[in-house]
Amino acid sequence: MSGAAETVATSSAAATTMTMTMTMIEAIRDALTLAMERDERVIVLGEDVGVLGGVFRATDGLQQRFGDKRVVDTPLAEGAIIGAAIGLAVSGLIPVPELQFLGFGHQAFHQIGQQVARFRFRSQGRHGMPITIRSPFGGGVRTPELHSDAFEALYAHCPGLKVVMPANAYDAKGLLLAAIRDPDPVLFLEPLRGYRLISGEVPTDDYTVALGLSNVVRVGDDVTLIAYSAAVQLCIKAADVLAEHHGVSAHVLDLRSIVPLDVDGLVAAVERTGRAVVVHEAPRTAGFGAELVATIQREAFYSLQAPVERVTAPDTPYPLGGIEDLYVPQVDDVVRGVLATLER
Amino acid sequence: MFAQFMPDRDPVTPVQHLAPDGTLTDGVVASMSDEEALDALRWMMLTRIFDTKAMSLQRQGRFGTFSQVTGQEATIVGSASALDPAIDWVVPQYRELPALLRQGLPLEQFMLYFMGNPAGGQIPEGVNVLPIQISLAAQIPQAVGLAWGLQLQQTGGVVVVYFGDGASSEGDFHEACNLAGVLKAPVVFMLSNNGWAISTPRHKQSRAKNLAARAPGYGFPGVVVDGNDVLGVHSVTSAAVARARAGDGPTLIEAITYRMGPHNTADDPTRYVSEGDLAAWRPLDPIERVQRYLAARGRWDDTIRARIEGELAREVDRALAVARAAPAPNAAQIFEHVYVDPPATLCRQRGARLESLA
Repeated sequence: MSGAAETVATSSAAATTMTMTMTMIEAIRDALTLAMERDERVIVLGEDVGVLGGVFRATDGLQQRFGDKRVVDTPLAEGAIIGAAIGLAVSGLIPVPELQFLGFGHQAFHQIGQQVARFRFRSQGRHGMPITIRSPFGGGVRTPELHSDAFEALYAHCPGLKVVMPANAYDAKGLLLAAIRDPDPVLFLEPLRGYRLISGEVPTDDYTVALGLSNVVRVGDDVTLIAYSAAVQLCIKAADVLAEHHGVSAHVLDLRSIVPLDVDGLVAAVERTGRAVVVHEAPRTAGFGAELVATIQREAFYSLQAPVERVTAPDTPYPLGGIEDLYVPQVDDVVRGVLATLER
Repeated sequence: MFAQFMPDRDPVTPVQHLAPDGTLTDGVVASMSDEEALDALRWMMLTRIFDTKAMSLQRQGRFGTFSQVTGQEATIVGSASALDPAIDWVVPQYRELPALLRQGLPLEQFMLYFMGNPAGGQIPEGVNVLPIQISLAAQIPQAVGLAWGLQLQQTGGVVVVYFGDGASSEGDFHEACNLAGVLKAPVVFMLSNNGWAISTPRHKQSRAKNLAARAPGYGFPGVVVDGNDVLGVHSVTSAAVARARAGDGPTLIEAITYRMGPHNTADDPTRYVSEGDLAAWRPLDPIERVQRYLAARGRWDDTIRARIEGELAREVDRALAVARAAPAPNAAQIFEHVYVDPPATLCRQRGARLESLA
């Protein structure tokens, strides 16, 4: 697997395709539409995904277009949704179940971590699981309690599963198409705060972004910021502040997926500056940042000029909306983390 | 106080076609021909012979922890015999060996699995069974999804999913029944009520007098059958399969049977099963019942028994020899079939592990 290119160069789209400005949610819907158009085995199932079009409208219009046999409103039972997706896959279909919020993934965790993830292994290759579980996660939009947690590390610890976490509209579409076409199960985590806030130019054609390739979204020389999902935007904003107010040139790496992890891209990005700050909105202890820091110290040890810093949420439950901005890392927290690293 | 939806006062009388003495219930036409009944008997006897052999091997350290079917053969064979292995599926828990064999799983494959060889997990293409399920009830929503997929693709196939009275306390059972009811999925829920979940007796699993009585709550019928009566089980399962195939949706079958052995080879049932209970169930043995039935019809005697027992013992020995001759598992298998395209990190781990063992 090659390292990260310094430009977005992993797309299968031709350079001349038409583009449109899309929000992340529009890009996701566009990917689902294309996937369903191109392969009639693809079916979408979940709570409120049909008539309503999903609580965030990710599946808006799909049921009208593809019918209620392919876009299915299920009973409210996360374990049954994922369990049924396994059986659908065995029957030869390509299920794209939605968990309405990752906070409710616990009700399906046994079917995901224990069943989906190791079905290929347990059946010695007879039954692959070409399932893409989509789920919004993360905070920042004042959802009710228990909706907003960032539990990606739990799933990254389930061998057999891939965990993909796009940070922008272009990647959301290309990674989702790649995930649905991947023969193995993918947990596709969508930053709910970015659904409408994050937008960009997206090709209208079908294209994929390969799973497991990180992307340098900002080139810099003094410090490397490493993030995925919504935290990438945070790092870009922090890089602006660092350049403008502190004369610091920050390099920003978007991992795009944590399983597979682009170790070569990660190492190249850290070696470039010799200083690294890992940013995620999940709690610190045993968060995915711990895996990143361990990888960096093992693979890029001699390039390091300072200990690797982590900017994360504290080890507490996700709080109610009134104080969530004091909990989830903000731009200032990233800037502080960088300055601390530079002072070491 | 309440007039609606009161719990059952008593257990219902299970459907029974074959009495313990081997006579047909008045007015019942046997749902199997004599040939079919003989075929069912062979699967039941094969399982019993395997149980005895495997238990002995396990005690010698040559076979892993496994669960015997002993006492429950009629429940498993009667229901599996209602299926067309070419289009129908069996989704097992772990105590359904004869159902797997009837679907086409080679016995040596099953043995390899319990000898700890990953190759034993491989179910040959075209054999319509899912892997054994150890995480109780997790298989039930999977079976519903499979039935749903068969329905969507109009294959005409039906799924029978097996589980026990213990697993019916799991959330997955209830979620799966509910989903199947909504979808009218072509699935048969086969609840083997064998009286025990390891050491926990049936009455501690549920206050309900009849576990099958839960079915109407999910919008489909339930039936209680004598699980030691292969004809009765075959008859109700055939009706449930016909219903499913016709698009009329699921059925919950509760088969009342008894686990005559331990939960598995690591268990000591003398700590909780009374000799009195075993003594009460022994005359109800499902294999002897069919044998009495066939003997009365002139299709069973000691000569036939000796011949068939010899054939079955040789089949078990043959499978055992094949399983024993299989290549020993190796470290590379730890890394196989995890992903089609393994992450680079995993490839590096594989290289390091194999090098360290070289």
